[in-house]
Amino acid sequence: MPKGIVVVDKERCKGCGLCIEACPFGVLGFSSEYNSSGYRVVYMEHPDKCTGCAVCANVCPDVALEVYRQEPTKEAA
Amino acid sequence: MSRVLMRGNEAIAEAAIRSGLKCYFCYPITPQGELVEYMAKELPKRGGVFLQAESEVAAINMVYGAAAAGVRAMTSSSSPGISLKQEGISYIAMARLPCVIVNMMRGGPGLGNIAPAQGDYFQSTKGGGHGDYHLIVLAPSTVPEAAELVRLAFDLSDRYRVPAMILADGMIGQMMEPVELPEPVDPKDIPERPWAVTGAKGRPKNVITSFDLEPEGLKEMNLVLQETYREIERNEVRWEEVETEDAELLIVAYGTMGRIAKTVVRLARQEGIKVGLLRPITLWPFPYEPVRKLAERVRTVLTVELSAGQMWEDVRLAVEGRAETPFYGELGGVVPPPKRILEEVKKHAH
Amino acid sequence: MRTEVAIPAGYKKVFGRPRALSDARSTYCPGCHHGIITRLVAEAIDELGILERTVGISPVGCAVFLDRFFNCDFVQAAHGRACAVATGIKRARPDLVVFTYQGDGDLAAIGTAETVHAANRGENITVIFVNNGIYGMTGGEMAPTTLPGQRTTTTPLGREPRLHGYPLKISEMLAQLEGPAYITRQAVFDYRHIVRAKQAILKAFRNQLEGKGFSLVEILSTCPTNWRMTPVEAGRWVAEHVVKVYPLGDLKDVG
Repeated sequence: MPKGIVVVDKERCKGCGLCIEACPFGVLGFSSEYNSSGYRVVYMEHPDKCTGCAVCANVCPDVALEVYRQEPTKEAA
Repeated sequence: MSRVLMRGNEAIAEAAIRSGLKCYFCYPITPQGELVEYMAKELPKRGGVFLQAESEVAAINMVYGAAAAGVRAMTSSSSPGISLKQEGISYIAMARLPCVIVNMMRGGPGLGNIAPAQGDYFQSTKGGGHGDYHLIVLAPSTVPEAAELVRLAFDLSDRYRVPAMILADGMIGQMMEPVELPEPVDPKDIPERPWAVTGAKGRPKNVITSFDLEPEGLKEMNLVLQETYREIERNEVRWEEVETEDAELLIVAYGTMGRIAKTVVRLARQEGIKVGLLRPITLWPFPYEPVRKLAERVRTVLTVELSAGQMWEDVRLAVEGRAETPFYGELGGVVPPPKRILEEVKKHAH
Repeated sequence: MRTEVAIPAGYKKVFGRPRALSDARSTYCPGCHHGIITRLVAEAIDELGILERTVGISPVGCAVFLDRFFNCDFVQAAHGRACAVATGIKRARPDLVVFTYQGDGDLAAIGTAETVHAANRGENITVIFVNNGIYGMTGGEMAPTTLPGQRTTTTPLGREPRLHGYPLKISEMLAQLEGPAYITRQAVFDYRHIVRAKQAILKAFRNQLEGKGFSLVEILSTCPTNWRMTPVEAGRWVAEHVVKVYPLGDLKDVG
């Protein structure tokens, strides 16, 4: 499985929790941080489980998530 | 130039087409049916779009869309239909969209009847829709004048980005007179519309809206409207005076009533009564100054309308006690003959 | 702003902000499906490469601020009138891509006549219908599409068909007409449905580009705030209850 990275735009996140629910691998969780609007922002609680599938970004209503996925290496291809 | 015998409704339509009208949206209502029919036949032949909408509400919103997209757009209706359009007109006014709205007034209020009346003066000049806005209101009194004012309506509307209304009535709409039609406008003479929604290619996006949640922002939008209205008041007042130089009694009347009043002036003068007429052509902006100036010289300013007295209030505002301001009105679509008005004049002339 | 993360070599971006979407901060409530739907429309505009000739029409409702969120020309319509405004724009400039984005009150209450007749005329426009069975912007009143028994501020004891009528099936009604080319109902409560909804939106825009005519995508949506649910609960409510009254799928498709 490729590895993935989710970048959170903390000011756009509204702490709605849809991404946490949608993630098939339980990568995301609520952090202890609040943004300037008073929302609790999400973060990668288990980053090593992320495959870069981008389901989280697809369900995010605020386009607060950017997803990066590891490109296949020559050996894996 | 050739003169053509035309019905008022048709002359207005033809004049609009010759003014570069691109989109006409309508709903049938008496007494402007012939305007609709003429547009249906002619407009598509001359490169325009005709669409009969499902209601006057839909029609005015289609005008809003077409005007937003940067084309010359128009609708026509009669009193009850114009009531339906008030929401749309308020939006058009605030969004600063040019367009022409024709009201062939009929008896009211309510369903009323289809006879000529002037009961929509308040509606046209004092708002009608919600908020602080004005329309440029032009009141023809003959068929040829109606055709002329249609061209002016499109030009003024474009120049100031203010919707313009042709306020006529069933009499003008139905009667036939010889009309000298204007030459078709050169498309190059129609002002550019850099603010229109034509697709944001190579420019920042344009947003046509009447909405600003921030009070300071909405205030700014309103101030722009108000500044525009002051400019129109300075530059675009139009009226006609008949035999006012030595008048002792002044009649103020517009539209069909203005035309009848011309006959009254002639009849009165034949009997030695010094009567003059001031016929407002722009009802908004109203000719307050010209009326005030004459009120300083005459004893009586008699307002005559096919209503219970609507323009009468503006006349009294202008006169401000300088002369007596009696009123004669007819209701229900009743149109008085000149002799009836002459009796009224004699009552007040000393 | 963004979490400062250094992306290592060998990673490529697989999800980012659509070009059609502006940088403006979303005004929708947390978890509201409007946000997903707005983004899907932006993605469709990007994929079809039509941003520079698109004109959007914003409704009255929670999406009244829609013009802020897009990088294309926009026109604000009066409540319910978007389909008439769209007709005016499209008839004046058929070369532009015109879309409306309307809620259940805008499209199926006050705007019913304008919606039905634009559909009946087969106006070559794209209509995005966000149906969350409630009036969100004004604080939670009953909508034509509110479910029986659902409590709203104007049905505090729950919607009673005897008094308030049954949920209006406007899409089913429109699908009966000759005019429309494509009427479909979708949802965005999970990833699979989001993918399908996006395809439907793409098709609705493509139909306009191909001159096929009136295309409407109804999307069942949530209102966590006025439904008094968490965003996750609200999504589940749509998946378990709303779809029973408003089944998903294509109601009309001329192909």
